[in-house]
This record gives sequence, C-alpha cells and structure tokens, in this order.
Amino acid sequence: MTILKNRLFWPSLILAILLGINMFTSQQFLMIQDGHLFGTLIDILRGSAPLILVALGMTLVIATGGIDLSVGSVMAISGAVACLLISELGDQNSVGSVLLIIGIAIGASLLLGLWNGVLVAAVGIQPIIATLILMVAGRGVAQLITEGQIINVRSEPYATLGSGFFLAVPVAFLIAAAAVVLTILLTRRTALGLLLESVGGSPTASRLAGIGARRITIMVYVVAGGLAGLAGLIYSANIRSADSISAGSLIELDAILAVVIGGTALIGGRFSVAGTVLGAILIQTLTVTVVAIDIRPEANLLFKAVVVVALCLSQSPDFRAKVFGRFKSRPAAREVAAA
Amino acid sequence: MTTMDMTPVVKGGGGPELNKRRRVYKPNTKHVPILATLLLLVIMYSAGAANYRNFDDPSVIVNLFRDNAVLLVVAVGMTFVILTGGIDLSVGAVISLTTTLTATLLQGGWPPLVVLPAVLLLGALIGAGQGAVIHFFKVEPFIATLAGLFLARGLALFINQHSIPIRDKVWTAISDYRIELPIGEDGVVTKPIAIVAVLAVLIAAAVLAWTRFGRNVYAIGGNADSALLMGLPVGRTKIAVYTISGFCAALGGVLFSINSTSGWALQGNGLELDAIAACVIGGVLLTGGSGFVWGTLLGVLVSGLIRTIINFDGGLNSAWARIIIGVLLFAFIVMQRIVTRKAK
Repeated sequence: MTILKNRLFWPSLILAILLGINMFTSQQFLMIQDGHLFGTLIDILRGSAPLILVALGMTLVIATGGIDLSVGSVMAISGAVACLLISELGDQNSVGSVLLIIGIAIGASLLLGLWNGVLVAAVGIQPIIATLILMVAGRGVAQLITEGQIINVRSEPYATLGSGFFLAVPVAFLIAAAAVVLTILLTRRTALGLLLESVGGSPTASRLAGIGARRITIMVYVVAGGLAGLAGLIYSANIRSADSISAGSLIELDAILAVVIGGTALIGGRFSVAGTVLGAILIQTLTVTVVAIDIRPEANLLFKAVVVVALCLSQSPDFRAKVFGRFKSRPAAREVAAA
Repeated sequence: MTTMDMTPVVKGGGGPELNKRRRVYKPNTKHVPILATLLLLVIMYSAGAANYRNFDDPSVIVNLFRDNAVLLVVAVGMTFVILTGGIDLSVGAVISLTTTLTATLLQGGWPPLVVLPAVLLLGALIGAGQGAVIHFFKVEPFIATLAGLFLARGLALFINQHSIPIRDKVWTAISDYRIELPIGEDGVVTKPIAIVAVLAVLIAAAVLAWTRFGRNVYAIGGNADSALLMGLPVGRTKIAVYTISGFCAALGGVLFSINSTSGWALQGNGLELDAIAACVIGGVLLTGGSGFVWGTLLGVLVSGLIRTIINFDGGLNSAWARIIIGVLLFAFIVMQRIVTRKAK
C-alpha cells in the first residue's frame, strides 16, 4: 500500500504504460546505429530536454510560491541572440566563438530572469503579473532581434547542442541531466531547498526567522531565466535557426503541467525535482506516443487538459474533504469548510 | 510623472479631518490611474494627428471600436473578474472554442437562431464551472482558469484544427452590414460588431455602478472576508463574475466569427493577456476592489491606438506594438503599487 500512496506512483505507471505501447508499436525503440544510441526512446529523451530545463526552473519558482510565465519569451530571445551573433561570424564553425556566444545568450537570459526577480521581490508585484510583462514584451524583443525573419545558421558546434551525441547519448539530454543533478545536489544536500520551501510557505515568517527571503526569490527567477535561455539554445540548435514566433510558444503551460504532475504544490512550500523531470518526460512521451499510434494529435491537448483538471482538483484540500471525506468529517468541520 | 504629483491627496482625504468644506479640485485616488490613461490617450492621439496625414479623420476613432470589438467585449468581462481580485486566463481559449463550434454547427446546417444562444450558453457554463471550482474547492483562480484554458483549447482543436468557412446567410448578412454614423462631414461607416462592443461597455458600466450586484463585486474585491461577514453573497457573486467573463468571451468569439466569417481553433490565442493588459492600463487594480469599465475601455483604446499609429507609420516593425504594450503594462503596474502603498 505504501507504494500506491507515493505521489509519483501514478505518473510513473502512466509513463511505463506509454513506453510499453511505444515498445510494441515502433520498430526502432532502442538500438545502436553508427555508434550512437538510436530509436524512439532516445528521441523522447532528446526531445524532452528543453521542457525538463524549463520545468526545472519553474519548479524552483513555484516552490517559493511564484510562477514564471515569461519562460517561452526568454527561450525565443536567447535563441534569437545566439543565431543572430553566429550568423554574423566569419567562421561559423569556430568552437571558441560559438561557446562565447552561448555564454552571451545565457547571460542575457539571466538578466531577464533578474528583471523578473526584482519586479517580484523588490517592487512587490504579483509573480503572475510581473512575468506577464516580459511574456508580452519579450516576444516583441525577440522579433525585433530577428527582424521578423527566421535566421538560419550553419554552425556545426552550435548544432551539436541540439542534435549531437556524446558517448552515444544525446548532448541535449546530458545538459538537462547535468542541470537536474546539480539542482538536486544544491537543494537537497545543502540548506537551500529548505530555505526555498520556507519562503514558499511564508515569506514573512522566513524573513522574521532571518532568511533573506527577498534574495532567495530573486535568485530563483534568475535561475529560471538562465535555464529557459539554455532550453531556447537547445531548441534553436535543434532546428538550426531562430524562430522568434514559435520558439517556446505555450511552453510555460507544459512546464507548469510537468511541475504539477510531479507533485509540486502550486501554492508553494514544497517541491520535487525528480517529480518534475518525470512529469516533463511523461508529457514528451505522450506527445510522441499520440503521433506514433495514429491518434489525431489534437487529442493530445485534450488529454493534457483532463490530466490538469484532475490533478488540480486532487491537490485542493477542500475538494478532497468534500468529495472523499463526506462521511468522515464532522458536521461542524464541514460548516467551516463550506464557509 | 504628473500622476505621482496628484497622489498625495490621499493623506488629507483618508485622515480624520474629513469635513473640510472648502476643497480645491484634486482627483480622487481611485480616479488617478484612469486620468493618467486618458492623458496618455490624448497625448498619443495628438502626436498621431500631428505626425500623420488623415490621422485626425473621425473614422480613425470609429475604426478603433470596430477593430478592437472582440478585445473590448472580452476585457469588459475580465474587468468584473479582476474587480473581485480574481483572474480569468481561459477567455482566449473560450473564444477559439466558440468560433470553432459556431462554424462547425453552421456548416452542419443548424439554424443560426439556435447556434447563437447555444454557444453563448456554453461560454457562460464554462465560466460558471470555473467559478464553482474556485469558490467551492478553493482552487487559485489562475490555476482553475489555466485548466479551463487547456480544456477549451483542447476541445476546440479536437473539433477541428483547420479554419472552417461560414456560409450561413444570417452570419454573412451581419458581416456585410454597414451602419452609417452621422459624424464629421461625410459620415462614418462602421460594422454591427462595434455597436455590440459599445453596448457591452454601457451595460457593464451600468451594472457595476447602479446595481446591488455591482456593489457586491467591489466589496468582495476590497476584502472578501469583510464582505462575507457583512452578509454579502460572496459565493454567488464570485461564480457570477466568472460566468459573465465566460459569456463575454463567448460573445467575443461570436463577434470574431462574424467578422471573419470563419471559425478557427487558433483564433483568440493570447487574447487573455491583451485583455488583462487593457484592464491594467485602464487602472483596474489587480488586487481587486478598484477600477471602472471606462478605464478598461480606455486601456483597449490605448492598445488599439498603438497599433493604428504603427500602421500609419508603415516604417515601424509591428513587434514594437508588443514591446510598447509591455512597457505601458510595467509603468501602470508600478503606478498601481505606488498608489496603493500611499493609500495605506
């Protein structure tokens, strides 16, 4: 029974079923070709890298009780900056310059995250509204950078980020995995995770307990910005171009969904990095599976919607009390809950 | 920033010496944001009229209502929700669902007089459902309506993800109908959807200003707990505002389908953000309890005027519209913070 009660049991079960379906329907689930791992499973891992990165940042932000709607726009901006600079290089294949440009693009994303963090923590605007500003304006900025065009690049080192392999594993997935491991170490092996949760639980109480709540809040938005920027680079490297309109479009919703599936409460105060990763991979697997077994792709969104509705309701204590606890709760307690 | 110079009024007004008889005109705090928006609108219009030929033609203003009719209707519904301190992210998706459903049903030969009430009812029901989840299960408004966004857009895409033409006679007749307004020398022509949008604003303003329901909306936005202790119907009002917002979104979807004589599941993508932005720029306080439909109207006109100016200029990248709206959003939110801080 304890395994059934684990919050990650149901998502894991669904993921296992989906992977099982894939194993039977696709001829190439996992195989080795030209020294690389290859097949549907690898496609899933590679394709989920941007979502894992974005959802990772989103988890930290949500843990402090906030939300970041601007991740899609940050992705678009970082991809646009990188592709614009690379397309102006004399030698697009020079590894040093590409690395420098990647650094610049991530630096820009960190700055955008800082802007969000300052608006939330220092100016005191509600997170959903503060990040809405960058969400609206950011895409405009990305369109200005690319001048409304799609910038194509022919840079092998840059493309490696999206479609390359290292030790037979996709580079994109390695980057995401490294970010996940680093985050888990930093939040669970140091006091940082505890501090994040305490800020999410009550910023005022944390501040009175001597925690730099403001600094921590700013920090999570900076991290979320940087991770979104990295995801934007992987996305644009994968298609070898900067598309300021479709890059990261609606990814904030997928990221929030991944976080919720992973068992992180949207009101803040507790979070699970492993759950988020599971959620992100689940969403990507779902997308791949729906295509693979010939269901209309539109059903994908509908299915996601049903999952979100069910998860949101199941997270609400009032819902559980009213629907499942009808016979257990005392009448007085129910009165209070109803009020 | 002239607006900041106006704000210190609160100190006198909120203090104990309320019965000062002689008063110089100083705007009430709750009117400061709306006056700032009005000033901005006037400045933008004068700048446009000074720089571009034919900008002072009355048709420019009349066309603002025509081009932004959908946004206006949706933003009016959003105003109700934001006044109670909530937020409705599902409106854009409800628009997609309505246009797709309208087009599909009309294509299937349903009579227009059945389709119209059916889709409007559906929008209202979606809104009511979200309101009920928010009230009864204490789910955060933005989470509940985000789930509603997913659901409505998923349904719309599931029905049909391609653009569906509408050939129904009633719909095309309304779409082609033109109304002559006796403004200026030659008169100005506009479409029925603009009239519907203006009517929506007038009705909403009347409801908020003169009905018990309107006062309840403000009271709940001011402080839901106090409203409850005063015996106001908090639950009923909350569900009602989301129902209104859903209805307005469905109406917006119908206007969309009339304007373009087609239905498309990707229509209305991101419109919820434009609507929220219009409310904020129009001085509706996001924490609830303060703001006017007139402000929302001004907010919609400001964002419409930005697009008009960019169209007139021709040389500007259309991406500037988004950036300028973002900057205005920022400026007005910061102004809201300053005004509310001083009020405390």
